[in-house]
Amino acid sequence: MAETSLASVAALSLLVSGTATLLAALVGVPAGAWLGSRGFRGRRVLQTLLHSLYGLPPVLLGLLLYLSLSRTGPLGSLRWLYTVQGMVLAQFLLILPFVLGLTWNAVASVDPGVRDTARTLGAHGRTFLATLVREARLGVLGAVMVGFGRAVSEVGAVIIVGGNIQGETEVLTTSIVKYTGRGDFAIAVGLGLILLAISLTIFAALTLLQGGDSK
Amino acid sequence: MTPGSLSCAGVAKTLGGRRVLDGVSIEVHSGEVHALLGPSGAGKTTLLRILNMLEAPDEGTVTFNTDAIALSGPNARLTPVQSEARLKMALVPQKPIAFRTTVFENAAFGLRVRGVPKEEVPDRVRPALEKLGIAALADRPAHRLSGGETQRLAFARATVLPLEFLLLDEFTANLDPPNVKALEQAAGESAHERGLGVLFVTHDLFQARRIADRVSLLVDGRIVESAPKAEFFEAPQHARAKAFVAGELSV
Amino acid sequence: MSRYASQISKAPPLVALAASLAVFAAGCFGPPPGPAPERLVLQTTTSVRDSGLLDAILSDFESKENADVSVVAVGSGQALENSKRGDGDVTLVHSPSAEVAFMNNGSGTARWQIMYNYFVIVGPASDPAGVRNASNASDAFTRIYTSASIFVSRGDNSGTHTKELSIWAAIGLNASTFPTAWYKSIGRGMADDLRTTFEFEGYTLSDEGTYWSIPSIGPNALGGGLFILQGGLADPTPDLKNTYSVIQLNVSRTPSINARLGERFALWITSPETAARIANYTVEGHQLFFPDPRRQ
Repeated sequence: MAETSLASVAALSLLVSGTATLLAALVGVPAGAWLGSRGFRGRRVLQTLLHSLYGLPPVLLGLLLYLSLSRTGPLGSLRWLYTVQGMVLAQFLLILPFVLGLTWNAVASVDPGVRDTARTLGAHGRTFLATLVREARLGVLGAVMVGFGRAVSEVGAVIIVGGNIQGETEVLTTSIVKYTGRGDFAIAVGLGLILLAISLTIFAALTLLQGGDSK
Repeated sequence: MTPGSLSCAGVAKTLGGRRVLDGVSIEVHSGEVHALLGPSGAGKTTLLRILNMLEAPDEGTVTFNTDAIALSGPNARLTPVQSEARLKMALVPQKPIAFRTTVFENAAFGLRVRGVPKEEVPDRVRPALEKLGIAALADRPAHRLSGGETQRLAFARATVLPLEFLLLDEFTANLDPPNVKALEQAAGESAHERGLGVLFVTHDLFQARRIADRVSLLVDGRIVESAPKAEFFEAPQHARAKAFVAGELSV
Repeated sequence: MSRYASQISKAPPLVALAASLAVFAAGCFGPPPGPAPERLVLQTTTSVRDSGLLDAILSDFESKENADVSVVAVGSGQALENSKRGDGDVTLVHSPSAEVAFMNNGSGTARWQIMYNYFVIVGPASDPAGVRNASNASDAFTRIYTSASIFVSRGDNSGTHTKELSIWAAIGLNASTFPTAWYKSIGRGMADDLRTTFEFEGYTLSDEGTYWSIPSIGPNALGGGLFILQGGLADPTPDLKNTYSVIQLNVSRTPSINARLGERFALWITSPETAARIANYTVEGHQLFFPDPRRQ
């Protein structure tokens, strides 16, 4: 098996982390917006729990997922260990707390006057939440960016669940681990710089998007 | 439009330990401009919010035509009856806030929420903006407007909708005389030409005199006087109302 | 001590008493006074560390030489690279061709074989490729290739990886052309390799020490583990021989290293006394290394 090309490794990184971010946004933004749109008993407890998940070590999540997805584990029949979908699942779980929690904060910070205005003009249910999200879009976009950043830069979860299999589950971060272990430091540093360049490009684009609406 | 009424009976509300509304009953009729006067902190804003289902009363009922619509709790889902009523009334608050989008989109908000087809929206929004003298600002980011412009936008945002009742809280507070006149005229038209029931809170006796058909006075959490304008100002019954009209009760 | 004593005597009496007791206790139970131990950085491989051998015998060196050995465990490739850059005082690897290149390069001043063992080819009990019946490693690999059975490769230029590639080469095959459908190159250490092989129920080349030290993938593992199908000390085949060497590093290339202590380490690890200790080291009742010290 010839060394997988840099392009395919980089492409897989973007595919895995991008998909995980998209899924986390699809789940986390509406859920965070719903939570941010109302007060409820036990809110503080839930927030504390959520914030504590910000510090969940990726490698611990990887380990727990490995134990679940192993052929001797409860979800072994899924056969998701050492696959792209397993990696996406791992990163999705890792960044969901961020996307949800930061969206929650952003929406909760929307002026109560805005909420009342939306309501009095007839918005309710989904349109109401969509209005709040639009009002808080700077913060919500920030939440998604933070999620992507954490996903694309982590290695602990994706190396244990993905296995760094050449041609199948090797991404930029796990590839850096491989080349470091081989002593090919120049290549490892090069991969790191490419990862940074990709991240920089994506964040610059997203920041421009954010900045277009700023005060 | 068949004539109807928005009313409440025996409404009480305690805020911050204080019984702000203590058994309030008021009625707003279609086609009528009704002024709500009273000293500041009397609970006028709270009453408007309860009528508009933005807050739940501790006691009492709110009736939209023949349907009971009082909110049961802060996060309560609207019942079908409440949802219908919601679409037929709007409240313009004392310090209106614009959405973070253009002036046009702000004014179009309620229409879009009601599913008005895209092609029809500009035909309804532009005239409303023109009537209030802010058509030139249509494509501006709305949160960059001045206080007065925002107030006019908020008024347009509400009156562009097919409402039965319009609730206004100090709706000319930041405006210069020409604009005050324009908005008062628009409020009058909403009632007398379009048949809406308009309830407006003001501390300005003169404004009430100018444009109201009916005047009510809220003092210490109760409506102490409610009468057609002429009677209210010329022959007030209640002692507090007399004092108020004489200028002795501070607004 | 006098500076601390004067500070203690100035402190409030109870604090002074507590502090004095602490110092006294430390003196009773702490390390004996004398020169601080000398540090030795040993660059070695993950399989050597994972075998547990170093944990068992290093304390003998440390007490004899008043040394404190820091074990850096990485792949053979990285261990040699690190050593070239002066990040170690001495190195212990098992990758003969890379070692020879290292010596020819002038990076090392002396090379000693310490011990050897045999790689093992492990696989599932069902053994679909029939590796159990192969006559040697080349035959076993041929069977794996022709049946396209899943094979997990270290893929990290380690000693084990180098050995694996040499076996493919011996039967005329280029591992870089194998499809990922059955050849899984993971670029990770031996323990991860074995775990991946366990999950795939495939085959892999492993050192015996790491294999025996992970019961959850071995013969008694839950869910059916991996078995030794070729090689090992119990049933050696010559083409699976794995020799371990220690290399003294060139101080003129990397002047900051502790070459003297590195030499003491090399002499100690190739001494008859240490050889006996190595032979007596077992994991799960299995001897892992056969000492055979000689200058290379």
